[in-house]
Amino acid sequence: MGLFDRLKNRLTRTRSALSDGIAGLFSGGRAMDDTLLAELEELLYTSDLGLLATEIVEDLSRRHRRGEVRGEDDVRASLRATLLDRLPAKEECGEITLDASPTVILVVGVNGSGKTTSIAKLAHRFHTQGRQVLVGACDTFRAAAADQLEIWADRSDVQIVRKDEGADPAAVAFEALETADVLGYDIVLLDTAGRLHTQKNLMDELKKIHRVLGKKKEGAPHEVWLVIDGTNGQNAIQQAKLFTAAVEVTGVIVAKLDGTAKGGAVFAITHELGLPVRYIGTGESLELLEPFDPEAFVDAVLATD
Amino acid sequence: MFESLTQRFSSAFASLQGKKELTDDNIEEGLREVRAALLEADVHFQLAREFVENVRQRVVGQAVVPGVAPTEQFVHAVHAALVELMGPEDSALEVAKSPPTVILMAGLQGAGKTTTTAKLARFLRDKHGRRPLLVAADIKRPAAVEQLTVLGRKLDVPVFHEEGLTAPEVCARGVAQAKARGCDVVLLDTAGRLHIDDELMEELAEIAGRTNPHNQVLVVDAMTGQDAIRSAQVFHDRLNLTGVILTKMDGDARGGAAVSLKAVTGCPILFLGTGEKIEDLDAFHAERMAGRILGMGDVVGLVEEAQEKISETEAQAAYEKMVLGSFTLEDMLAQIRMFRRLGPMKKVLGMLPGMGGLMDQVDVDDRKMNRLEALFTSMTPRERLHPEVLDMSRRRRIARGSGQESSAVNELLKSFKAMKQVMKQMNKMGLGAKLGAKAKKNTLKGLSKDGELAADSGGLLGGLFGGGGPKLPGFGGGAAGGAGSAGPGGLGGLGGLGDMLGGGPRPMGSSATRKSGSKRKQKQKRKKGRKGGGKR
Repeated sequence: MGLFDRLKNRLTRTRSALSDGIAGLFSGGRAMDDTLLAELEELLYTSDLGLLATEIVEDLSRRHRRGEVRGEDDVRASLRATLLDRLPAKEECGEITLDASPTVILVVGVNGSGKTTSIAKLAHRFHTQGRQVLVGACDTFRAAAADQLEIWADRSDVQIVRKDEGADPAAVAFEALETADVLGYDIVLLDTAGRLHTQKNLMDELKKIHRVLGKKKEGAPHEVWLVIDGTNGQNAIQQAKLFTAAVEVTGVIVAKLDGTAKGGAVFAITHELGLPVRYIGTGESLELLEPFDPEAFVDAVLATD
Repeated sequence: MFESLTQRFSSAFASLQGKKELTDDNIEEGLREVRAALLEADVHFQLAREFVENVRQRVVGQAVVPGVAPTEQFVHAVHAALVELMGPEDSALEVAKSPPTVILMAGLQGAGKTTTTAKLARFLRDKHGRRPLLVAADIKRPAAVEQLTVLGRKLDVPVFHEEGLTAPEVCARGVAQAKARGCDVVLLDTAGRLHIDDELMEELAEIAGRTNPHNQVLVVDAMTGQDAIRSAQVFHDRLNLTGVILTKMDGDARGGAAVSLKAVTGCPILFLGTGEKIEDLDAFHAERMAGRILGMGDVVGLVEEAQEKISETEAQAAYEKMVLGSFTLEDMLAQIRMFRRLGPMKKVLGMLPGMGGLMDQVDVDDRKMNRLEALFTSMTPRERLHPEVLDMSRRRRIARGSGQESSAVNELLKSFKAMKQVMKQMNKMGLGAKLGAKAKKNTLKGLSKDGELAADSGGLLGGLFGGGGPKLPGFGGGAAGGAGSAGPGGLGGLGGLGDMLGGGPRPMGSSATRKSGSKRKQKQKRKKGRKGGGKR
């Protein structure tokens, strides 16, 4: 099964709501008019596209008056173009080569966004690619967070560095990096505690981890990936902004895109912040992590069977 | 919380500011803004439309009230519509006639079920004297059982779990265990699941079938987008929900979920998760939430918080000191400490009327408070009781001792003097005494009408902040002023301490005398407000 088909399958719900919705709008040979456009705007809004929905529809309406957009096919084509335009070019997204040795990846995000699960999936992925992976349990705040990571690490057969609950997360990060240096690991994945982007002290803690890593090894952390809950609405944009301000996020992972959520916020995040989406999480099991491909994503969202 | 919604509403109201009357045109303009505010806040599309209709009918149907500005009328309508949308008021958990009361917790992954379950157990035990049993039925997520066990240990609440059972079996045995152990509340922490995962939804239905929960609670992340509605609906269809708990309210969620959920599921919002700590769980009140969204603050909430965390005698003593004019640095320190017990500055300030939309401009840092306290603690007791002995040499010593510049000490003394001055003025005008008598009765005791409450707590907090009582939450006063209060006026209310914290966009140490003038006015206004106001 190709990437496109896999995505399409996993994103069924997203697709059916938006794509079938568009089909529904035009069913029975309805002509394109203001009412239809208003309904289309509503449909786009429910995909968490936010104000982009209004922009798109205003643009469509303008071009409709000029006679450029006539029916369903035109609308689809136009939507596809606009949505794609909002995402970075294909070569900027998706998986990248991690060639520093070791490459340190700091994974951050708000509570419950799916950091630990995403790390598990990443570890599994890199491990299957033949890399030596070490995970560091820097979430020393939430009860049993390290236990959760350890169970995942065991399942993917990768090593873990952990300390007691309440330990300084920066110390865990330091130790993980040191261990990786000494034992020759390729990739260090650091799981951090969930924190709301509005909590200054917790964001400062994150900065400290970042600083400590940089002191220990020049260039570290090489990547800072922000995990966004795909079901989050417009707030995801704010999260991305504030996390970026604190620790220079270099990429985004969108988790939980297997529900009915649209991940519409992805468009705003990449557009407003210029952050590339690296992976999307599309299910509970370890292998359900796809490198992000903008075209495939938009096509999956708009596909008809 | 909800800052952006608050700001958008403010600008909606600002478009009506100064208008003599409400016409179809300016109503339309205001409504358009309201709709945009709602949509941007992730309020469900359909709901936003209905909401705007609701407001329109209220505004259009309203008779013109002489002396009430159109803006106020408009704000009033929005407030009423919000309350209607999020109400009913003060919803509580169902208690079983024959214990144990069973509470089933469900939700999507990462919504915050496990944490909330523990918070709720603590709440029920400490505030209602219940004996809770936690049941760890999330056998799906690695270490979820461990997480609840750790939380239970910290809280000293028993946790039930048995290996090798299915989730419904664990729950059923958990309920039986509760009976055996004499626990009167059982909280079932289930695995996070997607509403479209039929198998897991079936499991949830089976758990409900085997345990007959009296409360079926959906835990929802306040940051969820438009999808919140859909998933809540599906959970509701499968489960027959009795209530909702919104988590992560301490973020800057736009509040769309909060505003929409009640309307969609028809079940009340019970609690709000408001922080990382286990006691950060607040009961939900539609009216107060509407007030906060509209930037009117939550004075009732603040007073309740005070009631819980500050003893009556303490408050009384502080009040008398202020009223009698025997106020010293020692008292000021005691008040600051008292105030800090209410919670982080940001949370407390957010509950003050007129502050809602300002929160992201005010970078309130609790460390500044620490530094402030350090100044006090670097003084000798005698210096605190007799500030007049503080000569330059002593001031320098205090600065060194607290690791700060002498200017910080001077700044503090200036604020202290300003506070004292205000108290004197209050006494001269006889307001202090009157307010004092009222306050004794009401401030930290039974809550009376809104108007009075605002006045009294304004007195108390105003005192803490250098007497510059915050804006009043009377309709329009706080909220319609939205745009207005975003200016220096609102912040000015913070008075002395605010100066020292220096968090706001306002220049440090702006003159205290200028403020005290407007303060007097505010006091008078407050007094008036008390007679007229008091809608509840």
